[in-house]
Amino acid sequence: MSNPVFEVENLSLHYLTRFGQKIHAVTDVSFQMKQGEILGIAGESGCGKSTLVNGLMGLFIPPLHPTSGDVRVGGESLMNRTPEDVRENVLSRKVSMIPQGAFNALNPTRKVKDIAADVIAAHEHGTSRAASYERLAERFALIFGKDATKILNSYPIQLTAGERQRSVIGISTLLNPQMVIADEPTSALDVSTQKVVIRMIFDLLDKGIFNSMIFITHELPLLRHVADNIAIMYAGEFVEKGTAEQIVFSPKHPYTKALMGAMLSAEPGQKDRKPTAIEGAPPSLAKTIEGCRFAARCPVAKPECTQKKQDIRMFADRLVRCDYAE
Amino acid sequence: MKMFMNLLKSPMFVFGAGLFLLTVAVALLGPVFYNVTLDRVGSQYAEPSWQYWLGTDDLGRDYVSLLILGLRSSLYVGFLAGVIATTVGTLLGIYGGFKGGIIDDLLNMVTNLFIVIPSFVVLILISASFKDGRSLTLIGLIIGCTTWTWSARAVRAQAAAIKSRDHISLARINGDGTLAILVKHILPYLLSYVFMVFILQIASGILSESAISMIGLGPLDTQSLGIILNQAKNNGALGDGVWWAFVPSTVMITVIVFALYLINTSMEGVFNPRLRD
Amino acid sequence: MPSNTPIFSAKNIVRTFGSGKKLVKAVDDVSFDIADGEIVSIVGGSGCGKSVLAKIMLGLYKPSAGEFLYEGHEIVDQKDHWNEVQCVFQDPFSCFNQFFTIRSQLEAAFKIKKDKLTKEEISDRVDAGLLAVNVAPKDIEGKYPFELSGGQMQRMLLARIFALRPKVLIADEPTSMVDACVRANILDYLMKLKEELSMTIVFVTHDIGLSYYVSDRLFIMHDGKIVDSGKPDDVILKPTSPITVQLLDDIPEIHKDWIKR
Repeated sequence: MSNPVFEVENLSLHYLTRFGQKIHAVTDVSFQMKQGEILGIAGESGCGKSTLVNGLMGLFIPPLHPTSGDVRVGGESLMNRTPEDVRENVLSRKVSMIPQGAFNALNPTRKVKDIAADVIAAHEHGTSRAASYERLAERFALIFGKDATKILNSYPIQLTAGERQRSVIGISTLLNPQMVIADEPTSALDVSTQKVVIRMIFDLLDKGIFNSMIFITHELPLLRHVADNIAIMYAGEFVEKGTAEQIVFSPKHPYTKALMGAMLSAEPGQKDRKPTAIEGAPPSLAKTIEGCRFAARCPVAKPECTQKKQDIRMFADRLVRCDYAE
Repeated sequence: MKMFMNLLKSPMFVFGAGLFLLTVAVALLGPVFYNVTLDRVGSQYAEPSWQYWLGTDDLGRDYVSLLILGLRSSLYVGFLAGVIATTVGTLLGIYGGFKGGIIDDLLNMVTNLFIVIPSFVVLILISASFKDGRSLTLIGLIIGCTTWTWSARAVRAQAAAIKSRDHISLARINGDGTLAILVKHILPYLLSYVFMVFILQIASGILSESAISMIGLGPLDTQSLGIILNQAKNNGALGDGVWWAFVPSTVMITVIVFALYLINTSMEGVFNPRLRD
Repeated sequence: MPSNTPIFSAKNIVRTFGSGKKLVKAVDDVSFDIADGEIVSIVGGSGCGKSVLAKIMLGLYKPSAGEFLYEGHEIVDQKDHWNEVQCVFQDPFSCFNQFFTIRSQLEAAFKIKKDKLTKEEISDRVDAGLLAVNVAPKDIEGKYPFELSGGQMQRMLLARIFALRPKVLIADEPTSMVDACVRANILDYLMKLKEELSMTIVFVTHDIGLSYYVSDRLFIMHDGKIVDSGKPDDVILKPTSPITVQLLDDIPEIHKDWIKR
């Protein structure tokens, strides 16, 4: 059996506010990823997805701090590093991130080729500018075909939203990272552009530019097509993790069921299934929570759920954090 | 209020504000605790002694007295220039940033015109053209009127950014007029920023006054830290090793400006929305 | 009684921006009628001109050519128009002024109303609006916008509409910045506005899923033109325009094949 390319062990993260209060944004997240796997992580906004992204890169900039746990890429731990060390030695090469807002990610005063060449220069000292440009032309030709030269010589503002996001992905994966973390890479785009961007990501995967990816979004239908496995996150915890088919077609955790029930789709025959919203809001993460975090909103909660902590366990061939899953 | 409490948690702010308040206290309360006089009290350039802590100047006047008075003038000029530059700059900047169109273009043109003409040169020319009537207030006015462009530019950029927020459109659809939108829906967002601009404008006002006074174009009706330096320069104190003629005054200017910059920098940390909790 | 005059009536309207070589036709020769009490969705990708069309309906833009009528007359006075036609915007975070309480901002909205209400009446209407979106008025008492989440803010914008009770609501992408759960909520509230207040709703979105549930009629917009229109079932199940086919094909649905690796 091959070694996992990415391992996360009991990772907990917290924010330290100015008033010394700890906000436990991520609690006890564990998973392993094989070479070539695409893991989708889904949840409501505020569930800790974006915090987790920083943790997975080992990038801890106050007020974010690691509480406990370990993250390993190819067996090498990313914990206990300075942000400078992470930027220099981890990002772009080991783990790379595709952010949501492509517009903020690109410096508006520089051409795409210079932004990209700077990334090469920052990680491979001594590479000449000309050599960098040559590599860029090659890589962007993979992505944009004959438009590559035009895109490289443009300023971000001259590009469409889709071209910008594809450029960002091209730059993020320039150094063939072992692991790519995509944080809502298509949420700001319309459906047609989303499809173009996803197709490009698939293309890069097929060509072996990178192999493994974590894809974060709140769109479960999208994950069904993109991810091999899906983890559902609620209030900082993983509540269910299984294959994409398991999660989408036969959810077991009440929260996953509720998420699927809230989904709207324009498919034939779906109109009669009335979507139901999940009432209430997730609990505050500033306090320690005794029982199940979803208990207050759970339609099938038992009285003891608010008291009894639920552990994640194997159930129906996937991991579920609910003793009463059925 | 909460923001102010957060400011007090920043050591940099407390230190900067403390230092600044100390200089203000010296300027205001100095004459109460110290016998401030412009009379001749000793010989020319008497060395510092227990009686006259910082010695005397070329006319035999007590340097501590001169410094207290000079400090008062410098702070007064700074505040005056700061208030004028910030008010004019904010009004024009906020209006231009919000309105856009021709009015904005016009304001922009004026602003750019003022920016390409170095304000210090204008300051020198105007000061030089007032031969006798150069009062401290006049210098303050001139500084204020030549430096407002900087605040206008800074505020305009901020106002233009806030304009695109939907709450502005919603306010219009709620029936608010331009003035109400400017005052209720844009200005509050800029207040902390405007205050930071104000602090910087005070600092630059103090520096400008010192510079113009040092080259001999300062106010004729009073003492100021720059005038002390001008006299020291004219009398060749620098070459004669009379350090007490220029060091205390230079230190004083540096301390005030340093304190103001500290306040500004620390406020940036607290007001910056990304760092806010 | 629904009247026979259409709420909005557009005849060959065009809206251009810029001039000369840079001339962009954001809305290009569009004609339609929207009847009283209807929910119409305008669906299209970014840059298709749907938001510009929404702004024309709100009276924020005037058409460059063609005739655009609200209840049979042109929009002359914006404030008169906003007395009856109101809107919900896309970004709930930027819709409130963070220096005033939410309640005071909801109450300030009544300034636009022609029929002047007393303070108590306004307060009652705001309470009713909050209750309509399942928020207890005491829960937001003294609260400022930054103390709420995006989903809650979006509800506040809808509470504003429930309180104001305009005749027409223009909802400009109210779901694009909120996640799946909140979307189902917004659907509920839009239906409630229609059923309880018989409001005419124009729903501008790229979310064809939501528009499928909510609307009486669907317009598909592309490059400034309406390329397909009709009942949701007809448009979605029997699309006539290749644009609609493409748009439907681009949406990832769980039961349907999408792009494969």
